[in-house]
Amino acid sequence: MAVLEVNNLKKSFDRTEVLKDISFSLEKGEVLSIIGSSGSGKTTLLRCLNFLERAEKGTIAVNGKEIFNGENLKKTPESVIRENRLHFGLVFQSFNLFPQYTVLQNITLAPTLLKRGTPEEIEEKAKSLIARVGLTEKTDFYPCQLSGGQQQRVAIARALALTPDVLCFDEPTSALDPELTGEVLKVIRDLKNGDCTMIVVTHEMEFAKSVSDKIMFMADGVIEEMGTPEEVFGNPKSEKTRAFLNSSLEQF
Amino acid sequence: MDSIIAWFNDFKADFILNFVDQQRWKFITTGLKNTLVITLLSLILGVFLGIIIAIVRSSYDKTYDEMRGGVKKFLFSLANGICRLYLTVIRGTPVVVQLMIMYYIIFASSRNSLMVAVIAFGINSGAYVAEIVRSGIMSIDAGQFEAGRSLGFDYKSTMIYIVLPQAFKNVLPALANEFIVLLKETSVAGYVTIRDLTMGGNIIRAATYSAFLPLIAVALIYLVLVIFFSKLVNILERRLRRSER
Repeated sequence: MAVLEVNNLKKSFDRTEVLKDISFSLEKGEVLSIIGSSGSGKTTLLRCLNFLERAEKGTIAVNGKEIFNGENLKKTPESVIRENRLHFGLVFQSFNLFPQYTVLQNITLAPTLLKRGTPEEIEEKAKSLIARVGLTEKTDFYPCQLSGGQQQRVAIARALALTPDVLCFDEPTSALDPELTGEVLKVIRDLKNGDCTMIVVTHEMEFAKSVSDKIMFMADGVIEEMGTPEEVFGNPKSEKTRAFLNSSLEQF
Repeated sequence: MDSIIAWFNDFKADFILNFVDQQRWKFITTGLKNTLVITLLSLILGVFLGIIIAIVRSSYDKTYDEMRGGVKKFLFSLANGICRLYLTVIRGTPVVVQLMIMYYIIFASSRNSLMVAVIAFGINSGAYVAEIVRSGIMSIDAGQFEAGRSLGFDYKSTMIYIVLPQAFKNVLPALANEFIVLLKETSVAGYVTIRDLTMGGNIIRAATYSAFLPLIAVALIYLVLVIFFSKLVNILERRLRRSER
């Protein structure tokens, strides 16, 4: 059974249609990379999945259970939306760590407030997550004392602390210096081996090619092309995909 | 040499006349006590009012689009309207006038002028604190709110655990400034028969017909108080900034 199923998602800002009829599904443990030029709706799609934006139409189902339906959006209470949001974890482009808390506190804050176990259990889990992203020696540091790459790894651990069904990355390396992107991508690669279902919006084509099970190319709010990395990168069917891939390869 | 001794003797006589005779120093000490009481109590009231109003105003701006219709939205709009009216009226009129309206009209039957002054100064200060705190809340990056929401926090927890601590740290210098202004503003409390520090100096001056020492003494005490509180705030600020570069 698909862990995530999105059907006919539509979203517009004022009169601009940003997402036009998006449908796709994702199996457990799969990694989906979303590529496309700016303004194609990649980030908006991710934000709709996390309910940071509300789509107007369409449905989102996780593990076969419908958690969002544009039809009865008005009737859904805020608390239910909050609950459903926890099926998804989100890692931001600009990390958005809480500057007044240490690395450990950043990770334990949400599980503590949501009462996901005893303080000891939460702290133990947080520490194992910190170890997983390789920052054990930075446990009691503040975010400002860390490099961008380290901050992003903390953000990944923070999102994992609530054990989401699907972990979403919104251009996780775009705000990083080139030499720091490697460590973040390595963490994502390790997570894939740990059977984590992920959606990654990215501009790192090589990374998308090597780590993804599926590639989605978006253009002007529609899924222009979707398939395995070999299909999309090796033998793109659509003219737009070919143009985009050519221009993004030319840069190097 | 003689002239210095003469000046010193004059000064000594002046000092004894103004502060020692008939225990006139008591006007200064009771005045100081009243000034501190009014300042501290109205500061507490002002910060309390200010934070509530700032939260109403910024929450209204931030969540208006997401609110669904109905009673809740109407009440929220009403609360926001009241807050805006409060800000307009309080910031648009002089504090002395507000103080006198409180004393002679609203609380005309109360003889506890100290309490009336606390309420008047507290309500006045609240308006300024509200805008200071609101600017602090608005200065926090939208990403912080989104990070909170993506972790399943409701708006209230996001405010309490994530936004307000950062906002408070950012507005501390402005709040300290407001506190200093408030301390000095209480010097108009004499308008409603309160013997604060300024009034104390004034009473001495009226009794002794000597202006220099009472006024300079009052000015020095205010100055020392402000320097002392600024120092305290500096220490607090440095402690809060430890989590930063």
